Amino acid sequence: MEESRSRLYQGNEACVEGAIAAGMRFFAGYPITPSTEIAELCSVRLPQVGGTFIQMEDEIASMAAVCGASLAGLKAMTATSGPGFSLKQENIGFAAEAEIPCVIVNVQRVGPSTGMPTSPAQGDLMQARWGRHGDQEIVVLSPAYVDEVYSLTIEAFNIAEELRTPVILLMDEVVGHLREKVTLPKPGDLVIKDRKKPVPGSRYLPYAPGEGEDGDVPPLAAFGDGFRFHVTGLTHGPDGFPTNSPSVGEPQIKRINSKISSRREKLCKAEELFTEDADILVVSFGSSARSAKKAVKDLRAVGVKVGLLRLITLWPFPEHVIQRIAAGKLKAVIVPEMNLGQLAREVRRCLDGRAPVIGVNRVAGKLIEPADVIRAVQEVK
Amino acid sequence: MGSDLTKYLRVEKLPHIWCAGCGHGIVTQAIVRAIDELGLDPAKVTIVSGIGCSSRAPGYMNFDTLHTTHGRAIAFATGVKLARPELKVIVITGDGDAAAIGGNHLIHAARRNIDLTVVCYNNSIYGMTSGQYSPVTPLGSFASTAPYGMVERPFDLCELVMGAGGTFVARSTTYHARHLTNVIKQAIQHKGFSFVDALSQCPTYFGRRNNMKDALAMLNWYKENAVSRDDWAKMPPAERGSKFPIGVFRDEEAPEYCETYRKVIEKAMEEVGAK
Ligand code: SF4
Repeated sequence: MEESRSRLYQGNEACVEGAIAAGMRFFAGYPITPSTEIAELCSVRLPQVGGTFIQMEDEIASMAAVCGASLAGLKAMTATSGPGFSLKQENIGFAAEAEIPCVIVNVQRVGPSTGMPTSPAQGDLMQARWGRHGDQEIVVLSPAYVDEVYSLTIEAFNIAEELRTPVILLMDEVVGHLREKVTLPKPGDLVIKDRKKPVPGSRYLPYAPGEGEDGDVPPLAAFGDGFRFHVTGLTHGPDGFPTNSPSVGEPQIKRINSKISSRREKLCKAEELFTEDADILVVSFGSSARSAKKAVKDLRAVGVKVGLLRLITLWPFPEHVIQRIAAGKLKAVIVPEMNLGQLAREVRRCLDGRAPVIGVNRVAGKLIEPADVIRAVQEVK
Repeated sequence: MGSDLTKYLRVEKLPHIWCAGCGHGIVTQAIVRAIDELGLDPAKVTIVSGIGCSSRAPGYMNFDTLHTTHGRAIAFATGVKLARPELKVIVITGDGDAAAIGGNHLIHAARRNIDLTVVCYNNSIYGMTSGQYSPVTPLGSFASTAPYGMVERPFDLCELVMGAGGTFVARSTTYHARHLTNVIKQAIQHKGFSFVDALSQCPTYFGRRNNMKDALAMLNWYKENAVSRDDWAKMPPAERGSKFPIGVFRDEEAPEYCETYRKVIEKAMEEVGAK
């Protein structure tokens, strides 16, 4: 008899299982609510598949160990929440600059500061994008359903490996702690990507762009493979060694940005519902988008021409999608989110005055309910 | 003359950034000489550093090298070592990098007894940022941020690492270059966490402010003040003054972290029948 592929997973559990399916074999973390289950489960599951878990002495060390393990050839992940995410930023920036594939999970909770550790929020949308110093594009994915946590965690690893970059999986407490059914893909259906490696024996320039498609992402050797290469957070040349030359440094900084921005359309995933003929658009993400979806369906049932755009990729920002939908005649755009208007600000920027943007906002742990969204739509009508 | 060490160096990256008279070249040479004398496979040696004058050394060393963020070298190295335990992982750090911003990683790596060798290029000053006091700047010494003399009590880094459970702990100086090479060799051979406090002169920012006009004066100071561990033990405290002990202070066996974790993996795999 074929083994059932259905599982009842908690969001945080789906993240761990997705990561292991993607090939994660190293996790370093530090306990923090509401992401702790991810570390706990990794401590059980990773050694079962020959992988390594370590609880480091702090959040910064966890991110550092993840970078080290990835450079030694393993797919590596860490998980945290608000305050820990702030602490990790410097080393996430290191991973971006040194082009180290890795996945950072942030199960968002209420901030600022210690905030409300057990309550959901979506206030790290901008921090995920801009939390580090210097210019760098970053990929941020945000699941709304437990089965999507599973598939997006795999996707996060695939993008990290293909683009040699840190990828952030931005969850929230609701999605992290919710239990839902996940149907595991059949082994053959799983698409797993691995980083490009240099040809053994060749002269290896770890930061030199090559030819052709994806040539802007150089191959990555592992420490111990015999290439004896140098990795630094200093601005560096194609050989990986530091430079003070603007003519060498500028192409390097531009390349780590453009390898993401130039793939905007490929990277941007979103769910659209009734957007073709909508005259009111609701844009949301994560658990807030679940309420938004219910509201949109209920309103459509009574003939209101409202549509939903649920962002799955938050960064790079899907401005082309928003602009396409806004090319029709939109009376208004409603943006429900558990923060004081971070997504709304970005949507407003993309619309450039083409339609008013109205926020539906909560910030102290209370969820956005479908009725809140329905009320906002009705006020426009 | 020993064997030609240039094969361990990226000679095309020279000249180095260090000031004339800086001790860091001597410590770097001691590490490379230790690797040579131990006959390690250069492809299986990874060198990890943090931020500071000392942390620029790996850029000149022909191994897999990782120049990380300030204070975090040991944490990065922990990831490298756990991912590939067969590698020899050597951390190059400074006193500010290892004991101030990175102090937490230093004590916890020592506590875990993970098989890393940490060589601290200890000049008791922040050289790269031009001479601020560090956690090991001696009381009363001058620094750009201690213009009236250092008022904080310093760490003894060897005592600190021993207190945290480090299983191999030693000190030497750039004056005692052969001794330094020998203790680094022992540290690399040691299975478990090993720490070498390598006193290294910074004539530019420590010497000049503290009545030692050049590198030679500083090397002489090491010569006159360093005493062997055994002599130190016999020396009455009243006579110690500015003297300090060098040598191997601890060399003990204890379960090594990667090996212990390997057993965790075996047990977990057995339980799920993956073995
Ligand atoms: S500032 Fe001091 S430690 Fe730095 S290179 Fe110059 S002498 Fe060496």
